[in-house]
Amino acid sequence: MSTQKMHIDVYERNWLIFSAILLVLFATAVSVAAFGMGIQVPAPEQRVDPRTVATDPSSPWSNPGLREIAPGKYDAYILAHAIPNWEYLPKELTVPAGSVVTFYVTSSDVQHGFKIQNTNANFMVIPGQVSKLTIHFDKPGTYNYICTEYCGSGHGVMYGAITVTP
Amino acid sequence: MKQYQVSTAEKKFIGSHLLVAILALAVGSLFGPLQAFEHAGWDFYPYLRPLIKSYYQGLTVHGVLNALVWTTFFIMGFLTFNVIFGLKRPLKNPVLNKVGFWMMVVGVVTAAVPILTNQATVLFTFYPPLKANWAFYVGLTLVVVGSWVEGWGLFTTYLAWRKENANERTPFIAFASLITTLLWQICTLGVATEILTMLLPWSLGLIEGVDPQLARTYFWFTGHPLVYFWLLPAYISWYAFLPKQAGNGKMFSDTLARLAFWIFLILSTPLGFHHQYVDPGVPPAWKFIHSMLTFGVFFPSMMTAFTVVASLEHGARKNGGKGALAWIGKLNWSDPSVAAQLLAGILFFFGGIGGLANASYNINLVLHNTAFIPGHFHLTVATGVTLSFMGISYWLLPYLTGKKLWQPKWATIQAWAWFVGMIIFSNSMHVLGLLGAPRRVPLNLAPYVPAEWNSRLIQVGIGGAILFFSGFIYLLVMLKTALNKETVETEVEVPVAESLQDVSLTPEWLDRWAPWIYGTLALIVVVYGPVLFDLIKNISLTSPGFRVW
Repeated sequence: MSTQKMHIDVYERNWLIFSAILLVLFATAVSVAAFGMGIQVPAPEQRVDPRTVATDPSSPWSNPGLREIAPGKYDAYILAHAIPNWEYLPKELTVPAGSVVTFYVTSSDVQHGFKIQNTNANFMVIPGQVSKLTIHFDKPGTYNYICTEYCGSGHGVMYGAITVTP
Repeated sequence: MKQYQVSTAEKKFIGSHLLVAILALAVGSLFGPLQAFEHAGWDFYPYLRPLIKSYYQGLTVHGVLNALVWTTFFIMGFLTFNVIFGLKRPLKNPVLNKVGFWMMVVGVVTAAVPILTNQATVLFTFYPPLKANWAFYVGLTLVVVGSWVEGWGLFTTYLAWRKENANERTPFIAFASLITTLLWQICTLGVATEILTMLLPWSLGLIEGVDPQLARTYFWFTGHPLVYFWLLPAYISWYAFLPKQAGNGKMFSDTLARLAFWIFLILSTPLGFHHQYVDPGVPPAWKFIHSMLTFGVFFPSMMTAFTVVASLEHGARKNGGKGALAWIGKLNWSDPSVAAQLLAGILFFFGGIGGLANASYNINLVLHNTAFIPGHFHLTVATGVTLSFMGISYWLLPYLTGKKLWQPKWATIQAWAWFVGMIIFSNSMHVLGLLGAPRRVPLNLAPYVPAEWNSRLIQVGIGGAILFFSGFIYLLVMLKTALNKETVETEVEVPVAESLQDVSLTPEWLDRWAPWIYGTLALIVVVYGPVLFDLIKNISLTSPGFRVW
């Protein structure tokens, strides 16, 4: 039926074309960042049992902390917990400038967040899952890591710090 | 021509939705400013101790009542009105709608008890393994299922109308309202599954633990389309009511308005992973796909922006508006309903831009769970949606009750105060987020807050104070209108804009339901299926509950 053709005003058509181009540009920018520049978001790493992850001697989070795996390269096992007093273990880390640190973070109770200020590290910490992300620390200074997900009454005081020495 | 008469009983029924909505807003909005004041260093929570135990309990009340109860009740009332008035036909099974409504009311009361007794301080996202009292989950279930039942009442009304009018195009306000209802029914399957298969049996002690990653995935299946459930009723008003109110304009493009609603139905649900970009248990490839679809759902909003502005301009030019932008001054700004909706639209535009930043897979790494996020959604749901609903109520309440709007001047002041207060509040929240301030934190007490945040934290408090004033005026205008002794001489005219095009020329395929519904379900299966299948296959119910508040 000829009356069934869709009528689109010329200004409207131009606006829709403009909108489509704009969105393609955004999508391209995101794609370039993701695939060209290697911006990482957490990927499924490992499942753990939150009931035993902090106590089982074979779990790296029973002894959380920094391990130097090669000169200037570190693995940081960090445990987030609300019980007993809303903190990360360890509370403080120290690495020399130029270090590459891979974080492995999990929770032994509720959900938490983990955001290292002034870096691109910002992810969820979910019981049963391990969040992994690698960060280069080039500039000396103190970088707080703070909890960004509500985890009970101590949520606002939950933080730790990485000191990057010159 | 006399307008279609909605029966007194139906007007009362729609009005009771408004009553619950506004009561929820009244209580919930008491707590919004308290969060803002805390940021500025004026912490009132210690004085509320006997009643409200903590900042987080206040935040739970604010989130649940404002984001879930105020919106859902207002929307179900408004959509019911649109279906009846649009189809010019009474409800087919009013009992069904009533049952749905009362289920929702019972649900709100059931959930309110544990919230107010500090047994459910889990915020409106209620992420497990934070474990609320079972009544909280029962209450939420009743609200959702009640809204489904009301929706079925609307669908049966449509089917009856269709039988009586086999070849007619569905009138736009009814058409768009039915799509919004359908969108809600599809997307809430996520949260319903979360509660019924995990949270409720767990809170009752029937199962030992839950899988928090799977629970989050179910939650965000519903969580993002939820914002379209909030937004689309405001869009309906901007498309079909506002042009008429603002200057007797006509709806510029009926065809594209309908197409936009179908695109919303298809694209609103399969993009929930953009809330989970930094979740460890979701593969990055799927996060990327959802980010692309998120950009896609921006497209119908751009269509909406064009049609709405063109419809407003059409009216303004007829009334002598000139120039590229000067015609905006010819809009009927002195009508509080118009002022509120126009101002809501302006701030929503900026909220949309911020949303694109959140949707960007990479930029989100800087923004995730910072104060930027509440800054963003106070422009969208708390202004684009809420201020529009306030504007709608400025004509809807007089229409339903036959009472004159009390002091329209104060209603206009209310809209402007909301606009100004929200600019100050939201701008400072966005900046704080970029500086690294987390959301959901009483920042005045947090030990890691640097001095450079202080000036912004005070602006959050100032914005909150102006919003508190505006909210108070809104409630006063509503109360005084409901009790007004002055009545309107003739029934308030429902301001529905005609279509500029001949509606009978709107293509028939835009009025067919089945292909769009199949398309919607197929896309959901394609982009959610594999991840959900994997998460369910590897489900580990290893998280016991915690009550750490």
